[in-house]
Amino acid sequence: MTTNRVTPWLLVAPGAVLFLGLVLVPLVLTGVLSLHGYNHTTGIQPDFTLAHYRAVLSDDYYLGIFWRTFRIAALTTLICALIGAPEAYILSRMRDPWRSVFLLVIIGPLLVSVVVRAFGWSMLLGSSGLVNQAMQALGLPSTRLLYTETAIVIALVHVMLPFMAIPVWTSLQKLDPAVEAAALTLGASPFTALRRVVMPQVTMGMLSGSLIVFGLSASAFAIPGLLGGRRLKMAATLVYDEYMHELNWPLGATIALLVLIANLVIMLAYNRAVEARARRTLG
Amino acid sequence: MGFLALQSLTKRYGDFSAVQDLDLSVGKGEFVSLLGPSGCGKTTTLQMIAGLVEPTSGKIMLDGRDLTHEKPNKRGLGIVFQSYALFPHLSVAENVAFGLEMRKVNRAARDARVKDVLALVRLTGMEDRYPRALSGGQRQRVAVARALVIAPPVLLLDEPLSNLDAKLREEMQFELSRIQRSTGTTTIMVTHDQAEALSISDRVVVMEAGRMTQVDAPYRLYENPATAFISSFVGKMNRLDGVWRQGGADIRGVQLPCAPSEMSENTPTTFAIRPEKIALCATGSGQIDGTITNAFFLGDAWLLHVETAAGMVAVSMPNRGEEPARAGMAVGLSWPPFALRAEGPAERPS
Ligand SMILES: Nc1ncnc2c1ncn2[C@@H]1O[C@H](COP(=O)(O)OP(=O)(O)OP(=O)(O)O)[C@@H](O)[C@H]1O
Ligand SMILES: [Mg+2]
Repeated sequence: MTTNRVTPWLLVAPGAVLFLGLVLVPLVLTGVLSLHGYNHTTGIQPDFTLAHYRAVLSDDYYLGIFWRTFRIAALTTLICALIGAPEAYILSRMRDPWRSVFLLVIIGPLLVSVVVRAFGWSMLLGSSGLVNQAMQALGLPSTRLLYTETAIVIALVHVMLPFMAIPVWTSLQKLDPAVEAAALTLGASPFTALRRVVMPQVTMGMLSGSLIVFGLSASAFAIPGLLGGRRLKMAATLVYDEYMHELNWPLGATIALLVLIANLVIMLAYNRAVEARARRTLG
Repeated sequence: MGFLALQSLTKRYGDFSAVQDLDLSVGKGEFVSLLGPSGCGKTTTLQMIAGLVEPTSGKIMLDGRDLTHEKPNKRGLGIVFQSYALFPHLSVAENVAFGLEMRKVNRAARDARVKDVLALVRLTGMEDRYPRALSGGQRQRVAVARALVIAPPVLLLDEPLSNLDAKLREEMQFELSRIQRSTGTTTIMVTHDQAEALSISDRVVVMEAGRMTQVDAPYRLYENPATAFISSFVGKMNRLDGVWRQGGADIRGVQLPCAPSEMSENTPTTFAIRPEKIALCATGSGQIDGTITNAFFLGDAWLLHVETAAGMVAVSMPNRGEEPARAGMAVGLSWPPFALRAEGPAERPS
């Protein structure tokens, strides 16, 4: 009897320790840190205060960066859905040698470091990069692309696409091809069949894809760091600067926690809205 | 020419012919089954009619209109897929209404039609359920309703009952036949179950390796199978090799009366008789005597294996409530004249 009671605890222990040690403890420490005062001459104070929260939430500079982070993450998610879903559909319609080849093409970028890819984009988008050279050759005025939000979104979409395409592809795999054929035989045009029958059934895949893409984009560090430059900051680069350049760790911790909370709220709300509908029908 | 006509319809995949020169004419309101073993091309045939598989050659005519190259969404045929293929994200009523919606039928007329058809398949009250909350039989009826609601000229059913258990399957067979008769829809049903094909169709088309080998009414198909394959595929058959001699059968030296045939004298011949045509009688009073080696009880019938001078013969007799015979008993076997038929030349001379 006693072993029966202990066994479950022993079984969950490794996972629980890992979770506690690597997620909860640092999170709690960050929370505590964010409540300490800070003085530029003496450093972190032993007292507790909500001053950092007040400062961040009332400063347009920080709110502007939060808003930019949210905008870029949302735009990246939208573009990834627009490109990734059709990409996955085309992939699911391919015959076998090609399907494996193109699946590899989609996953391939994941095998290259994000930093390397960000440098690649900065070379392409730079003022004398390939894109600008091509535009000049076509007689168009050269435009500043590097260190703009556009550059960040382009690079993020490139990095995040597999995270959208693969969940959608997985849910397409589960689809009975006869269901689409049934819609056709009932008089639906191929486009209507796609819109009315295939699309609703891959919502779950698109939902999980969107959550992954949004979460990763909102907390992206290397890409905004390398393609946004010093001026164009996103949440993660802002936190980094507070810690490493300003040395104001409590303020950095406050921003990190606020971003985490905002991210959680947005994702949960989104999940609720879409999933509630999809769950009811698809089970 | 019939209502729906297939003219030398052929489908090739590379060198392999899935369907070869199929000629079939189906009358208006007729219920036709495509029967054959797995892989003989039944689904391919049905999908060519539906427009989901492009024929390599041949023609499909419906009521004088050439359908061969028409897109599936322009053909207007009703199809029930083997997997039912219901829309999982739509309710029963929305599933059934889909075809009407595509035809731009207005809301009120649509609702009325859906209600009627759901009543026809006995699903009234299930309108708001989703497919995953239905039993197999109910799903199948939704699939039938969805195909029927557009009032298709032809209803195509691809093994619609193969996922059901034996009892439900029998119920659904009669249900399908009832619905088909009450709507008068021309129906083609694919099946590999001979009992299903025989029980509910007006005519049965037997297919073998992509070719049509016999088209006949169920009773005639059962009584006069055109090939040895059909006789063994449709129902059970005893087969005895012997020689055609003096207008009768000579099986291992035993002379037996046989239905007339065009065999020439002394040809090695395979003779065939159905197990249920044979009755037990007292030894010496039937056509042949033998000993029961095995008696299998099947519930509604007994299946006996009887060892005779002509070889092993299977006999099936209805269960009348008494134990008829035990292994080891000596019995006589009798059958109506002509129940034994010469099926064709023996594969190997005896
Ligand atoms: N796309 C394809 N490519 C190559 N061969 C195919 C293709 N589709 C079907 N076949 C072959 O054509 C033949 C007929 O297939 P079909 O699906 O019509 O069989 P069926 O009679 O419906 O069998 P079952 O009773 O098992 O459903 C099979 O041998 C099958 O392997
Ligand atoms: Mg089939």
